[in-house]
Amino acid sequence: MKNEWPLWEVFIRGQHGLNHRHVGSLHAPDAELALKNARDVYTRRNEGVSIWVVEAQHITASAPSAKGPMYEPSESKVYRHPTFFDIPDEAGHM
Amino acid sequence: MYAQMIKSEATADDPEKLAAFQARIDAGEKIEPKDWMPEGYRKTLIRQIGQHAHSEIVGQLPEGNWITRAPTLERKAILLAKVQDEAGHGLYLYGAAETLGVSRDELTEMLLDGRMKYSSIFNYPTLTWADMGAVGWLVDGAAIMNQVPLQRTSYGPYSRAMIRICKEESFHQRQGYHIMMKMAQGTPAQKKMAQDALNRFWYPSLMMFGPSDKDSVHSAQSMAWKIKMNTNDELRQKFVDQTVPQAEYLGLTVPDADLRWNENKAGYDFSQPDWSEFFDVLKGNGPCNTERLAARNKAWDDGAWVRDGLMAHAAKKRAARVAAE
Repeated sequence: MKNEWPLWEVFIRGQHGLNHRHVGSLHAPDAELALKNARDVYTRRNEGVSIWVVEAQHITASAPSAKGPMYEPSESKVYRHPTFFDIPDEAGHM
Repeated sequence: MYAQMIKSEATADDPEKLAAFQARIDAGEKIEPKDWMPEGYRKTLIRQIGQHAHSEIVGQLPEGNWITRAPTLERKAILLAKVQDEAGHGLYLYGAAETLGVSRDELTEMLLDGRMKYSSIFNYPTLTWADMGAVGWLVDGAAIMNQVPLQRTSYGPYSRAMIRICKEESFHQRQGYHIMMKMAQGTPAQKKMAQDALNRFWYPSLMMFGPSDKDSVHSAQSMAWKIKMNTNDELRQKFVDQTVPQAEYLGLTVPDADLRWNENKAGYDFSQPDWSEFFDVLKGNGPCNTERLAARNKAWDDGAWVRDGLMAHAAKKRAARVAAE
């Protein structure tokens, strides 16, 4: 249709101390109503303590085809993990 | 189910890509919106998720019918919360369908002009308060049978919407059964009303699973793609096996003289619904088809000025903000 309400992505902080997490999307004419709709659609059972909404067109996403070049380099760098290094028990807790 | 008679679309894609796609599904990977997918997979899913979403939305009407006439304030608040959930379920599902490249307004318009369907069950009227019990117990019960396995469907956004819905759906069935318990333990007139509701909703509930699809090619393709997890007959059998003892507990009689426990298959033998009635309802000739579509069309048309007005207001505020900067 000619005048469709834009799409917004909704992020909710489930509990104090946790990150906001993507929970879904909705349509709304502006940010204020997007927040109100998000409250009605995504927090009917105490699911959140804070809501972010962002218009979907403002999100930049990586392409699925870029999976290889994007993430493969980190696979070969096992020394980035602490378990790569053997530390003798005698050295104590580390 | 909420999505009935979904024909899977033929696919004319590169066989190599198709095989790689099928291998991902067989390995239990989730397909996400930007991943490559066969055109048939995309189209079938739009139709299936769309029909499911439409069912949630139209499904508000038979229950909305009783909100102002609920017997107590508490029942009214519960029913209101349930109907609000149905709206939410519709929105989760529309959101999932939109990730496949169809817009919300396109979906709505296809419902309103009859190009897309909703479940046959919502074309039956809700005549008494006991129907609120029967709908929650039987209709939501049948829906759960289908939705629980669909949480494992291959399409990521659909699977996530189903997980949210299933979390909320159990409340719907239990509140319905609770109404039936009260009525069945009430006065003789109330018990009669409960029996009457069961009589009217039993076969339409069995129809929700759709006709037998043992030999359907479409069904086989959808099952291979993991957008359909069980055959219609499997789910119907499971529903009957679960529901009959619940009816017995209520002291109500399932309206099927041929209903019998079959030790060999460890399940009930039962009568099939009248499939000619089912096809007739799908064609638009059920008791409430016209009323339901008219109500949805009216809501859409009457709401047009609100939708447009809010967009105009948003544009005005945006312009004022830009001017101030």
